[in-house]
Amino acid sequence: MSDRLAVSTRKGLFWVECDDGDWRVADVDFLGDNVTLALHDPRSGYDYAALNHGHFGAKLHCRENGVWKEIAAPAYPPKPEGLVDRDGWGKDIPYSLIDIFSLETGGPQEDGVLWCGTIPGGLFRSRDHGSTWQLIRSLWDNPKRQQWMGGGTDWPAIHSICVDPRDSAIVRIGISCGGVWETRDGGNAWECRADGMFAAFLPPELGRDPNVQDPHRLAQSQSAPDRLWVQHHNGIFRSDDASASWREITGVQPSSFGFAVAVHPRDPDTAWFVPAIKDERRIPVDGKLVVTRTRDAGATFEVLCGGLPQEHAYDVVYRHALDIDSSGDRLAFATTTGGLYVSEDQGDRWREITHRLPPAHAVRFVP
Amino acid sequence: MARVVFTANLQRHVECPAAETEGATVREALEAVFRGNERLRGYVLDDQQALRRHMAIVVDGKPLRDRVHLSDPISAASAIYVVQALSGG
Repeated sequence: MSDRLAVSTRKGLFWVECDDGDWRVADVDFLGDNVTLALHDPRSGYDYAALNHGHFGAKLHCRENGVWKEIAAPAYPPKPEGLVDRDGWGKDIPYSLIDIFSLETGGPQEDGVLWCGTIPGGLFRSRDHGSTWQLIRSLWDNPKRQQWMGGGTDWPAIHSICVDPRDSAIVRIGISCGGVWETRDGGNAWECRADGMFAAFLPPELGRDPNVQDPHRLAQSQSAPDRLWVQHHNGIFRSDDASASWREITGVQPSSFGFAVAVHPRDPDTAWFVPAIKDERRIPVDGKLVVTRTRDAGATFEVLCGGLPQEHAYDVVYRHALDIDSSGDRLAFATTTGGLYVSEDQGDRWREITHRLPPAHAVRFVP
Repeated sequence: MARVVFTANLQRHVECPAAETEGATVREALEAVFRGNERLRGYVLDDQQALRRHMAIVVDGKPLRDRVHLSDPISAASAIYVVQALSGG
């Protein structure tokens, strides 16, 4: 069980710890700065923090032996003179790091390997703990990349990176809006794997194109890795065949719209979501903050509200702001209005740790 | 020698005292500063070495014209201020 949370917020990276059952903010790094993501690498013991200063751009920091140091951020290569490179909406793609939107470790045996997904759609890999980064050209140079579009961001965003627990050469990524892509050879060849998803926000002739889907978050079961879950712009989708096909989960109350998804570490049929009304009204239904949970692969859902505010709550939980620890019992989420909630019993009851944090981008349990 | 002054708000992230520098253009002046402070480059310029979208440069009281190539001419007496554009928040 993890007793430590890294909460990345608009105004700093907060470390929240459990001491004798009492959760409290224990420390804060980068106070006042916009920390968009944090990652702990259990192989090296290093912590990573992604910052976006706005004026000064997106940066990456690494903590080694207790000391933070700025390291290289992924950088885009020079844009060839005269090259026209536009996204699916026809907007020019900047060849420049706009934001770091996902950061994950490679497999347990891949010492030093990190994956980084970015806006405007480049996937990067480091083999040296983030000292240097290489753009995955096989994906960036794929002509299908130019069909991708921004979804909630100005340009395409790689927000999810799932390294397959059976084979680290198999990696799946989620892109808003570019569907799900998979490599089976460590990043040399890529295929779009979003068959079955649909995009209601597009004209019918485009809506089922796998390459323009808007999965908000992709999560892979660690115990049955052929099972993947997606919280999509248009609902919840599940794959039972390692992303080869997807089926929509329907009838989810109070809503199937949201951003985040968490999967139980040992039960692939159990997953959690935090719903909002719908894409055009991104607030909880009826002002009640709830979590939905399925224990039967989406056949039925429970609405979990114990301990959560049930009137005038306008919290939204972003895609990286819900996490489950290795025990499978403890969950945490943080909200756009500064709330932090922890459950010790798979979501049956929630405890408000604080509602005074800055707007939260991401939450992660840390060993 | 031209003088380059960086916004005080940048000092918190990367050391960048005012510098006396040489060059015929803003690009040349900044490159001379970056040669001794490579980390500063990424805070002012983007990956294509253009001025960051929410940064601004004022040369002798006038906004930089060429935000991509930074080719605006300078003189030995020029004052170059690298500041934040309020568009960035």
